[in-house]
Amino acid sequence: MRFIFKTRYDQDIDLVKHGGQRFWYSVLALALVIAPWALPDYWLAQLTFILIYGIVGLGLMLLAGFTGLFSLGHGAFLGVGAYTQAVLASMGWPFPLSLAVTIVLSAAVGAVVGMPALRVKGIYLAIATLAFGFIVEEVLARWESVTGGNAGKVVPSLDLFGWKADGAASFYLVCLACAVLSTLVVLNLLRTSTGRAFVAIRDSEISAQSMGIHLARYKTTSFMISAALAGVGGALYAHQIRFLSPDQFGILQSIDLLLMVVIGGLGSIHGAFLGAAFLITMPQLITLGKDLLPSAIGQATGLQSVVYGLVLIAFVLFEPLGMYGRWLKVRTWFQLFPFYRRGLFRRQKAFQKSDRLR
Amino acid sequence: MQVLQVLVSGIAQGCIYGLIALGFVLIYKATETVSFAQGELMMLGAFLALALLAVPGFHFWLTVLATIAAMALFGILLERIVIRPILGQPAFSIVMLTIGIGYVARGAITMIPGAGTDTHTLAVPYRDAVVTLGGVVFAVEHLAVIAATAALSALLYLMFRYSKVGVAMQAVSQNQLAAYYMGIPVKRLNGLVWGLAAAVAAAAGLLLAPITFVYANMGFIGLKAFPAAVVGGFGSLPGAIVGGLIIGVVESLSGFFLPEGFKDVAAYVVVLAMLMLRPNGLFGEKLAKKV
Repeated sequence: MRFIFKTRYDQDIDLVKHGGQRFWYSVLALALVIAPWALPDYWLAQLTFILIYGIVGLGLMLLAGFTGLFSLGHGAFLGVGAYTQAVLASMGWPFPLSLAVTIVLSAAVGAVVGMPALRVKGIYLAIATLAFGFIVEEVLARWESVTGGNAGKVVPSLDLFGWKADGAASFYLVCLACAVLSTLVVLNLLRTSTGRAFVAIRDSEISAQSMGIHLARYKTTSFMISAALAGVGGALYAHQIRFLSPDQFGILQSIDLLLMVVIGGLGSIHGAFLGAAFLITMPQLITLGKDLLPSAIGQATGLQSVVYGLVLIAFVLFEPLGMYGRWLKVRTWFQLFPFYRRGLFRRQKAFQKSDRLR
Repeated sequence: MQVLQVLVSGIAQGCIYGLIALGFVLIYKATETVSFAQGELMMLGAFLALALLAVPGFHFWLTVLATIAAMALFGILLERIVIRPILGQPAFSIVMLTIGIGYVARGAITMIPGAGTDTHTLAVPYRDAVVTLGGVVFAVEHLAVIAATAALSALLYLMFRYSKVGVAMQAVSQNQLAAYYMGIPVKRLNGLVWGLAAAVAAAAGLLLAPITFVYANMGFIGLKAFPAAVVGGFGSLPGAIVGGLIIGVVESLSGFFLPEGFKDVAAYVVVLAMLMLRPNGLFGEKLAKKV
């Protein structure tokens, strides 16, 4: 059991709480930096995908996990980012410049979508974002002069003022830098009054409003930042996948992203990356496990979605806090060793909470 | 004249949306949760009918009854096994749960060896028949959908108006706690509501099958029933049918008059406009929270 004695006020808002955390995060950072030299190309590509989805997950986590607004149209933001980056990169813009434009454009789209969010709540918001996602997908498919339509669009490799990140290792490092920066941005944001306002809105809109939080402004801000992060993820996604088509950004992508944050653990930064790791490695694990199963089950095409669905159901039923929540429980069990009680993390049931009267 | 045909097919399509939306609304009113698995329940119903027609070789009308009864039972079981344990959790966990159920249902159907990945046609007695009325040709399949939806709506209306169970369901949807104090078995009724929703979805699947086809992804049509439910006002049963009709008609007319591509998004444009102008829908009641 570790006790942290706080001797300075700064300690309350420190990003790392104690030496142990500092040590383990340094180890993680070191491992991630040397990964390009230690891992085979295939696994490096998977790690790159985890970082990219992690960035998108951070955005969705901020929106869903910290502001309490659920979006079923996040694939569309990813698409806007990816296509903007693809168009600008093929015009020969250097990466930082085109990324900046991508961020601004995605945030603007996020603000537009955030507008209905000011009037509608809960399930209505989910349906509004769902509708928006379908419309964006259709626009991407029909606006052929810019997006290439259903035939798809080829993305040139990443250009950093003449230095081309065309190898797996160099592109991985760019993604790593983006992921670290995004994480720091989100962590710092959550320490500011804006971040606390988000959490207050999630916990109770009425109380937040009574405390003087301007709901409309903060909800729009949350949507914008979330969309901007999805845009960054989309830009990197475009370079990683090299070939864009509108169906990559449809409803299935949006549901996958939501599944990612729910399984990772809503309301935790770790959850975004854990969820991304799950989303990327799960198909690999299924492929590995295929050969062990009888061929009637193992070779069936529906296996993956059955496994995804079952895992999702299991998490919602047994571990609503997600993978990060499970990790917290395991850690607490070890910290408290013989004194862990079963009810320590018990969820409170809220039968009285009604969405109708809000 | 062609417009009239387009209109009828739009109304038929709208009836399907309306029936699926009816399922959403039933569940939403009873348990304040939204089921994203409604389209998949419809798909399961269609596949079950297919299997019953092919394997034991049931007569068509017997198949219809058996499918609807079996799906109702399935809905009740689903509620008992996976939904009830997490009632009281935030609404979004149930949404995720139903998305998971949808995934499993779709995957499980695809895994059926030999049949899951194919597209099937449901052999209905009125297949490919047409009726000519004053020079306009109508497909019987479309008319059957419209007639069946009307009959089903009437049946549901009578049930909610006169039967004891229906009145109890209304009471539960208005105030769970008060209904519980009045001696209404709230939990059992919630199970029945899920069963009813699944039965309606199965009926929608049976009606839709001759128009499109039966395939594992046919449940995605459920995503178009959300706009229908929202346009009608999420808590209103007649609203669901009216909303479905509006979406269906707008969709088919925009497919007829507007350039290609508008048909697919018409439903979503309508719902976004609706949310901007009248977030409570056409028939929704406006509720404000007392503090």
